[in-house]
Amino acid sequence: MIHPIPSGTRDVLPDEMRELRAITETIREVFDAGGYGEVATPALEYEATLTQGDPAAADPAYKLFDEHGNVLILRSDMTIPIARVVATRYGGVEPPLRFCYFAHAYRSVRPQRGHAREMLQAGVELVGAPGPDGTAEALAVLCASLDAVGLENYRVGLGDASLYPRLLDRLEVPAGARPQILHELVSRDFVGLEREVAVHGHDELLRVPQLRGGAEVLEAVPEAAGLREVYDRLDPAVADRVIFDLGLIRSLGYYTGAVFEVYDAAFGAPIGGGGRYDDLLRRFGRDLPACGWALNVERLHIARVSEGNER
Amino acid sequence: MSLEGLKLAVPRGSLLGDTLDLLDRLGVETAEIRANDRKLLFEDAGLITMRPSDVPTYVEAGAADIGVTGKDVLAEQSERDVYELLDLGFGPCRMVFATVAGDDPAAEALRRLGVMRVATKYPKIAARHFERTGRQAEIVEVKGSVELAPLTGLVEGIVDLTATGTTLRENGLVIREEIAASTARLIANPVSHKLKAAAIDRLLERIRAA
Repeated sequence: MIHPIPSGTRDVLPDEMRELRAITETIREVFDAGGYGEVATPALEYEATLTQGDPAAADPAYKLFDEHGNVLILRSDMTIPIARVVATRYGGVEPPLRFCYFAHAYRSVRPQRGHAREMLQAGVELVGAPGPDGTAEALAVLCASLDAVGLENYRVGLGDASLYPRLLDRLEVPAGARPQILHELVSRDFVGLEREVAVHGHDELLRVPQLRGGAEVLEAVPEAAGLREVYDRLDPAVADRVIFDLGLIRSLGYYTGAVFEVYDAAFGAPIGGGGRYDDLLRRFGRDLPACGWALNVERLHIARVSEGNER
Repeated sequence: MSLEGLKLAVPRGSLLGDTLDLLDRLGVETAEIRANDRKLLFEDAGLITMRPSDVPTYVEAGAADIGVTGKDVLAEQSERDVYELLDLGFGPCRMVFATVAGDDPAAEALRRLGVMRVATKYPKIAARHFERTGRQAEIVEVKGSVELAPLTGLVEGIVDLTATGTTLRENGLVIREEIAASTARLIANPVSHKLKAAAIDRLLERIRAA
């Protein structure tokens, strides 16, 4: 008998599970050593909690009603649930607070694609440690985790979610023109971006988001000063992994500063990412700066296996 | 000078000739592709040939670092996570809405039946266009010659790509609306765009200068 399961979900059988477990156990040791305490939160949250955290991106894939008519959602990441935990359970505790998790998150699948509805994430949240020191610590733990797992050729793309909006401010681009410009940038269409910014005559609007490379790309861009401060605080081993990417845009709306993504040539899409979200905790009633990231454990596993095959 | 180790997805079909001419100007060896229309993979030159609508699939997955395909394909597959880097300018064509010549049967169907039937190979572009313009349309997806559909009574109109309009005219169809213009685009995988940034940027410079 064949009993189907929803597209974008899958069963994990013992051989694969052993390998996934080896990865998560290795990462757990790194988290422990860094003082990050593991938490678990419910997969179901009230919809109101999610919209409080991120009204702009409140688009959970799975909503249901409970027996009282409340709208529940399946969490789409762990950052907002942990922000809720910090505000409600750690109200009087002195920061910084360090949390880690190994948990499933739920996203909608885009049509005709084999994207996962349910994915296993391993991640940390560092609450109450402002940038650039907090960002540097989060990046150090990220690289330590990837090194411990044995991934060899990974790189970390580092950008700043506030960089392009500040560039638009400096160049005094009219507010009415900005949504379309940002739309082209988010949809990664540089042909469209060139068309939109041509009207304003600022070459920088097209050139800056295409800057990728070493620390030299930061030099001519005043908005990148914050990234320079992060870079100066990184250990050489971590700094060597960084590729600056001044066009890096993350899809979640709550990022306020440095953002990053993990790349490996053995996998065609980012295998993890994160960034600073200094406004999120305030929306839950505790005004603390914070930074966090998550690795997609299944993608990390695929990249690790592909690297092994090439060796 | 070659592609510096970048893997390029090359579209077979109407964009092939212009793409190969561009590669010639960049100094990439294309004689083997020109001489061989069955072989698909040309590893020495870093070229992979495929139908244009498959280019975003290979590039998104990272099986090719960069690729050439039409804006029409990218608009139809708008959910693909790829960078659109450059308008290459060649392969100009238009996405149009066409019906049989004479009284517009689609307008009549819309007025009397409330909905028109439209055949296309581009269901997303077609659905988006009629949604945007506030008309109800039943989209019929076909794989082969779209021009056949309105002549046999399957549909009242079609949404299709045309370069010169000749095929439409020969089948007694007239263009009622232009939906979008299209040209060939250079696209890149998001991870290659970071990890191979220098090679991709140098290639962009050379294409702009070629």
